[in-house]
Amino acid sequence: MDWFDSWALSLAAFIPIVGMAAVLAIPKAKEELIKQVALVTTAVTLAVGVIILFRFDYDAADKLQFSVNKSWIDVISSRYHMGLDGISLPLLILTMGITLLCVVYSWDHFPEPHNPKAFLALLLVLETGMIGTFLAEDLILFFIFFELVLLPMYFMIGVWGGPNRDYASIKFFLFTLFGSALMLLSFLALFFKSDPHTFDIVTLSQLHGAGITHGTQLLIFGGLFLGFAIKVPMFPFHTWLPDAHTEAPTVGSVILAAVLLKLGTYGFIRIALPVLPEAARSWAPYIGLLAVIGIIYGALGCLAQRDMKRLIAFSSVAHMGFVMLGISTLTSFGINAAIFGMVAHGLITGMLFFLAGSVQERFGTRELKRLGGLLLQAPHLGWILGFCSMASLGLPGLAGFWGEFPAVLSSYQPAEGLNVALFRGFMVTAAIGTVLAAGYLLWMLQRVAMGKIPEEWENAHIHDVHVPEWIAWVPLLVLILGLGVFPGAIFHVTDDAVQHVSKVFGAGG
Amino acid sequence: MPAPYFDYTALLPELILTGAIVVVLVADLLFEEREKYQTSTLAGLGCLGALVPVLYLAGNGHDRAMFGGAYVVDNYALVMKALFLVAGYITVLLSANYIEEGDYYQGEYYVLLLTALLGMTVMASARDLLTIFVALETLSIPTYLLAGWRKHDAKSNESSLKYYLMGVLSSAVMLYGMSIVYGLAGDTRLVEIARYVSTGAGGHLFDVAIFFTLVGFAFKVSAVPFHFWAPDSYEGAPTPVTAFLSVASKTGGFVALLTLVYVGFFGRGDAWQPILWVLAAASMTVGNLIALRQTNLVRMLAYSSIAQGGFMLVPFAVANQGDGSARPGAFSATIVYLLIYAVMNLGAFAVLIAVARKTRSAEIDSYAGLFNYAPALAVTMSLFLFSLAGIPPLGGWYAKLVVFKAVIDAGTRQAVVLGVVAAVNSVIALFYYARVGGMMWFRPAPADGGGSAPVPVALGAAIALPSVLILAIGIYPNLFARLGELATKGL
Repeated sequence: MDWFDSWALSLAAFIPIVGMAAVLAIPKAKEELIKQVALVTTAVTLAVGVIILFRFDYDAADKLQFSVNKSWIDVISSRYHMGLDGISLPLLILTMGITLLCVVYSWDHFPEPHNPKAFLALLLVLETGMIGTFLAEDLILFFIFFELVLLPMYFMIGVWGGPNRDYASIKFFLFTLFGSALMLLSFLALFFKSDPHTFDIVTLSQLHGAGITHGTQLLIFGGLFLGFAIKVPMFPFHTWLPDAHTEAPTVGSVILAAVLLKLGTYGFIRIALPVLPEAARSWAPYIGLLAVIGIIYGALGCLAQRDMKRLIAFSSVAHMGFVMLGISTLTSFGINAAIFGMVAHGLITGMLFFLAGSVQERFGTRELKRLGGLLLQAPHLGWILGFCSMASLGLPGLAGFWGEFPAVLSSYQPAEGLNVALFRGFMVTAAIGTVLAAGYLLWMLQRVAMGKIPEEWENAHIHDVHVPEWIAWVPLLVLILGLGVFPGAIFHVTDDAVQHVSKVFGAGG
Repeated sequence: MPAPYFDYTALLPELILTGAIVVVLVADLLFEEREKYQTSTLAGLGCLGALVPVLYLAGNGHDRAMFGGAYVVDNYALVMKALFLVAGYITVLLSANYIEEGDYYQGEYYVLLLTALLGMTVMASARDLLTIFVALETLSIPTYLLAGWRKHDAKSNESSLKYYLMGVLSSAVMLYGMSIVYGLAGDTRLVEIARYVSTGAGGHLFDVAIFFTLVGFAFKVSAVPFHFWAPDSYEGAPTPVTAFLSVASKTGGFVALLTLVYVGFFGRGDAWQPILWVLAAASMTVGNLIALRQTNLVRMLAYSSIAQGGFMLVPFAVANQGDGSARPGAFSATIVYLLIYAVMNLGAFAVLIAVARKTRSAEIDSYAGLFNYAPALAVTMSLFLFSLAGIPPLGGWYAKLVVFKAVIDAGTRQAVVLGVVAAVNSVIALFYYARVGGMMWFRPAPADGGGSAPVPVALGAAIALPSVLILAIGIYPNLFARLGELATKGL
């Protein structure tokens, strides 16, 4: 299996592109064949992921495994360097799984204007971009994959989106591009300021910004911060998110919530923190502050929403706030919580967007005022919604808890050199945020699932969960429960790699 | 005085082009009216034929200089010649059906096109003020005529006249600057001028000379604030000519700028760097902001090419910093940008011509729903537009990257400020490129369903070739990056 170890990551990243080429080659009329090819492609990609899961050496999770390091753009000394460690592994599997489930979910209901060929082709390009980002160990390579997701997502929102799709799609595109343009400047600055000049993330992480003056470090970190924070998105750069989520087709929303937002937080953990630890320490209080503002602001935003999808979108802002709070403590405890939070948010919010899509499909509306009594009309759908809301508000025993609670707790004792009183203030504020989260999620559940069936729908025939929906959802539901009961499954994978990142910040947590 | 030394091998590309000009001219006289379309084939063969010795000379390796260093065939010259010839060939492909179906003079058209190309190939080798000037006029004068080729159309006449007047004005300004340079340095060869520059003599008069010379070329490359002619000329000219102007002719101007600045004036960075900094920042910003307001795709591309020109000027503005280590990087950045820009802009114009065959319009609104009735055209147009915007994995990202790299390499405050201006501009630019993308993809097709949009073979090739290249460059940029590096070796 030696050949597999050296090819695994390239296969994972590029099988979707091969699938896309195949999809493009099939005439538009043969829809069944197109769907089958897309399904097989994503399934094979996941299979590669599963084999990686089995062959991964969990005792050396802090080391890069399955590495490939080949020459790529010699002229600017950028290399095709990919690797996988405990931080990337859970996110990689999450991405592969979610994409497969998205293909399954879309099977019978492609949004208007239909066209499965173009839709699936874009989805496969997206998958390559997302997987590649989690694997890249070279700044330029990372940048390419990071940006690769923009075009397909732009078209996905713009072509298959809701009534306001023009505005939402271009806003998404412009915001992210603005961040990544400055991020690229920072990457180049890192290249020229490091000795030897390199784009290699591993080497740069070992240098810890040696030889770069503190002022320059702060500036470079600022560029990285903008690039990643817009993607997360952190308050006050979040305004693209509610629009993009509301207008995007269901699958687009799921991918956006489950994976795309993680590219930003992953960037912090993989690049910003290890490469410029000094600057990270100086920036951490501000990041923590924006994170808790995001938690409270997102929660309050939720309470003001009338649209179910928009509400979930704002809840994402709050949840990503918890993730960023964990990261800003710079402790292994906080970062572990952040990664868990990323996976949990991916599963739970992805699931919630699936549900919102299904509700929209059945009732033709997502307006909370008009909905109600889902438990009576489609009990399975209603119970699943209840389950996911509980998971999302951080009920112990479900996955959401392990992302949120440790993140809050970690800010009790941030890394050395950070203002303890300040972070404890963050902790208290974030804890209030969890209460608000319970408030808006239960409110949503009440409006949608409980109560009487509104007159409007009394005689409507509302189908309960379809077969493709069951197939797409059961794995997510099982994982939400499973990770809630055995959180060690993820913490065990990530911990060593996280320790490797956080040890430069000294004791704490 | 002995006869000057001629290295005929080194001159072979120019000789073949000259031969092709004669052949097309004669053939045009001999062919029947309905056979005249074959002149386009001959012109295309001429371009490809001239490319053969270019490749041979590149493989052969050593630099060849003639006329006391006034005419040099080195890697830089060869890379640029290859670019001109390929751009010329694609222009011939673009023109074939357009010129034939439009009932225009065919033979003359290709003769002028090849003559302009000849001027460009000479420009790539010119290392002397006089040679540069002669090359510039050889490449400009035919294009004045080509711009007015649709002679029954008032806009085309306006286009030609404006372009001509501005061209002549800029030549005059430039010539004035050159005459002062010659007066001070006592030589027209750039190597000798560089020697003069290194002595530090000349004072403010030399600053003035540099200023006038550069302003002359700023007209040629349509840098803000010397850009006013470009949108009108681009809109009025036949579309293949517009493609040629915005790519080949612009590159001709840039080649002259590169040679003058890096070979001749380099030591006087204090004199030319501020000028080029302002030109770069203004071109990017003004070009992009005005492009936002355009409703016609040709005019939008005209303003976008002004902004793209600003990006190409950025490396100039930061080339002479500190210990001079930024020089090769800046030089190759502009070259790589020129190469990639040529591919994507020609591609965009090719699709534009193909779409206009069907819709008879270049208004952005007329692209509504293109994806529904001509998906291949919509996809390729999106490739080119988003590549111009610099979105990976399309080739344009690498062009942007090398420019940013040159900026950060210089590392001074002015350089970083210019880098941030460029970064903000790349976001603004996305907005108008994406608007066209949105028009093609997000809007429903026109009421009649659009029908199909057949594309003739030559035009199809002119679309396919850049499409493949733009993806190849985007995924494996080493391809073109090496050309840039190669061209920089002789510096």
